[in-house]
Amino acid sequence: MSTAAAQVHEEDHGHHHKETFVTKYVFSQDHKMISKQYLITGLFMGIIGIAMSLLFRLQLAWPEQPFGIFEVLLGKWAPDGVMDPNVYLALVTIHGTIMVFFVLTAGLSGTFSNLLIPLQIGARDMASGLLNMISFWLFFLSSVIMVFSLFVEAGPAAAGWTIYPPLSALPQAQPGSGTGMTLWLVSMAIFIASSLLGSLNYIVTVINLRTKGMSMTRLPLTIWAFFVTAIIGVVSFPVLLSAALLLIMDRSFGTSFFLSDIFIQGEVLHYQGGSPVLYEHLFWFLGHPEVYIVLLPALGITSEIIATNARKPIFGYRAMVASILAIAFLSTIVWGHHMFISGMNPFLGSVFTFTTLLIAIPSAVKAFNYITTLWKGNLQLNPAMLFSIGLVSTFITGGLTGIILGDSTLDINVHDTYFVVAHFHLVMGISALYGLFAGVYHWFPKMFGRMMNKNLGYFHFWVTAVCAYGVFFPMHFIGMAGLPRRYYTNTAFPYFDDLADINVLITVFALVAGAAQLVFLYNFIHSMFYGKEAEMNPWKSNTLEWTAPVEHMHGNWPGEIPHVHRWAYDYSKPGSEEDYIPQHIPLKEDEEELQH
Amino acid sequence: MNVLLIFSVLVLIAIALWQITKIFELSQEKKVNTQVANDKDNDLNGKLMFAFLIFIYVLTLYSFWAYSDVLLPEAASEHGGDYDQLMWISFALIFFVQTITQALLHYFSYKYRGEKGKKALFYADNDKLEMIWTIIPVITLAGLILYGLYTWTDIMTVEENDEALVVELYAQQFNWKARYAGEDGVLGDANVRFLQDFDGKNLVGIDATDPNGFDDIIVQELHLPVGREVIFKMRSQDVLHSAYMPHFRAQMNCVPGMITEFAFTPKTTTEEMRLNPEMIAKVKKINKIRLEKSKELVASGDTALDPYEFDYLLLCNKICGASHYNMQMKIIVESEKDYAKWIADQQTFAEVIQ
Repeated sequence: MSTAAAQVHEEDHGHHHKETFVTKYVFSQDHKMISKQYLITGLFMGIIGIAMSLLFRLQLAWPEQPFGIFEVLLGKWAPDGVMDPNVYLALVTIHGTIMVFFVLTAGLSGTFSNLLIPLQIGARDMASGLLNMISFWLFFLSSVIMVFSLFVEAGPAAAGWTIYPPLSALPQAQPGSGTGMTLWLVSMAIFIASSLLGSLNYIVTVINLRTKGMSMTRLPLTIWAFFVTAIIGVVSFPVLLSAALLLIMDRSFGTSFFLSDIFIQGEVLHYQGGSPVLYEHLFWFLGHPEVYIVLLPALGITSEIIATNARKPIFGYRAMVASILAIAFLSTIVWGHHMFISGMNPFLGSVFTFTTLLIAIPSAVKAFNYITTLWKGNLQLNPAMLFSIGLVSTFITGGLTGIILGDSTLDINVHDTYFVVAHFHLVMGISALYGLFAGVYHWFPKMFGRMMNKNLGYFHFWVTAVCAYGVFFPMHFIGMAGLPRRYYTNTAFPYFDDLADINVLITVFALVAGAAQLVFLYNFIHSMFYGKEAEMNPWKSNTLEWTAPVEHMHGNWPGEIPHVHRWAYDYSKPGSEEDYIPQHIPLKEDEEELQH
Repeated sequence: MNVLLIFSVLVLIAIALWQITKIFELSQEKKVNTQVANDKDNDLNGKLMFAFLIFIYVLTLYSFWAYSDVLLPEAASEHGGDYDQLMWISFALIFFVQTITQALLHYFSYKYRGEKGKKALFYADNDKLEMIWTIIPVITLAGLILYGLYTWTDIMTVEENDEALVVELYAQQFNWKARYAGEDGVLGDANVRFLQDFDGKNLVGIDATDPNGFDDIIVQELHLPVGREVIFKMRSQDVLHSAYMPHFRAQMNCVPGMITEFAFTPKTTTEEMRLNPEMIAKVKKINKIRLEKSKELVASGDTALDPYEFDYLLLCNKICGASHYNMQMKIIVESEKDYAKWIADQQTFAEVIQ
């Protein structure tokens, strides 16, 4: 671009529009502000979700013990401090919904896709700032409705986060299936609209707005992950929307998509010919890809942070991209492994076992490549790096038990037990949360222009890491003892009396882990205002976002957008004095670019 | 009051943290305070990474040592043996991979912790290595998949035959019923529409126009003869339930509007299982816990808990509402002779509706 053109460009984007408080902080169309809005809303929802888990952990550890805190927080749903079984189910339902969708989908993907896609590919903003803004506000609206549903008379949805009908369809079946469930469905429908608008925007931006020289093979792995995640979202979220709409029809307009032959509360209902199994297919057609919608961005963030902090190129860039694509493709054809014993044809179970276990291959490649990236590195163990290494650790531990659950035969006896709970919390819950934390520690300087306190970060990581294993490792044993999940208490079965010790141990670890998150929260808020001011490129990273000024500006770069001349992973390249060469630095005359 | 207390403690902790960070920052004033890891941080956290590896190993070993007695005993059904074998093979594989990969991950994090002036190795690709760790999982998984599918087909293929006992498991919020086919060996047609017939005595909705239904027997306790195949037909009248019989490695969802199936052959009677040394130890442990609890209960004026005796269980394993946690039925596996005696004592549907 000639100098004159650059100047025109600068005038286009460089100057500040007159911004009012409302357009800058509320209805902002700037991707950096929207990313902060996503993060803060996500963290707020995270506080609610985690607090709920602590409440039901208390109930599980000391089932007959009244707790004052129950009475205060749950009011009439915990008379004399004893939790009502319906409320227990509501808590696990809303905990699951909030953590999976509001924290780990919107909070994680929404935050970092928005922040990093334009900055790392060298774009002034998202393809459509308006859609982006609408996407956030729809998410905000759905969060408000979900939180509001906690306060309705009969309680929020309580049919589990998968809301299988008929339980979720019939208000006679449980109190939470009344207004609470209606609000849940409305909230999720809006959430899906938000997610679709966001995803379309990410896809278009990555395809069209890359700066000069930023070929697909030079994209940082974060962007690859966000890009592919958005595609999975666009493919699978609409199916959940259709499931939700059909369920709304069954609930409110007397159709029979999912219901048939039901007798409840002394009454034969009119529904004929529908099947709950159809709902399960539709739900898991999103539900399983959702696992990867949550996990892939975390893995992308990890790839970036591990390479930067190991001061080494990510090992096997091509294989990493290939495995992201393979995981994405396979993730859409494995949903049936949630339904081995749903009553569907066992032959179908065989097919899903096959596709499911195939996913272990790209996952293994990723894990090995991370480990090899660490090998002979010069590891800068920043808090973000610790969380990334922690992610690889929990991803392996949790992923391996997937080999058992993905095998239809073995699934028979551990299906829906605590073994499953332990598995998915490690492999997608904790791993994705670690990805979120890693991202926050790493890009905090980019988002807020200040550094987070590293010592509090270290404290946060180590306590969380020990507690995460302390909570979920023993939980496998409870599952293998045969205890089903979503039991309000196991005291109805003397056979399970010997699990009491383990439940207490798990709850103690959970409470400590919860307290450790307060340290993070404190660090986050305190650093936002009083943190040490950040330099432009504190981690000496190669990607383009660190060439943008610390002070946020509309359009991201003053003057021309930097051009890209190399991939993002030229760390410790021989022949260079520094141990990093940012992407916008041209190749030296005799320097060879890696072919990948 | 409690909440006020908790809240003030939290506020105090926050203030304390703030002060500690302040003090820390003040004491660091002289040095460069960048909040980026320095050699000291790298050294400490690298060592902690190694310690964490030990923590994972210790936790694993401790869990197996302390909790192996809560695990399910040896399978009480014929296919259960194959199930357990596949489980242990998978577990052996998982532990092998887990031990090695966690060791590499954490050891590298410790070994290569950063130092000023050190330079990392520029090592971006190695097709051979990547080939190796793609091919090895492929081969291992191919083996596991084949083995798994072979067992799966074996377990899930239900063939109707004259020898087998046909039992319907009937689920509703929040209890189980079982229906035996009676002398004709055929379950009568049934539908929820018929539940209100015969003044509510038609507990599972048998169709009175189907002659096969009259000799059916409906009970609230499941008795199974040892060594004979049982074909379960599952139904639900209201919401999804799941018939979970962990000791037999058996589970199938009960879906309103359709009939699902699962079959197995019990091979260990209840009496035999009670005499299994593992089970004796487990029951002893449970009774010790219950005795201690009873002492507390008696001290506070309540009645003591009954001592526990082992029985096979049928549990509900699909969230179904408020009392999901207490939807259970006792299963008794006994000799063919005891079974015949028991079933002869039960009333048929025809007798019940008279």
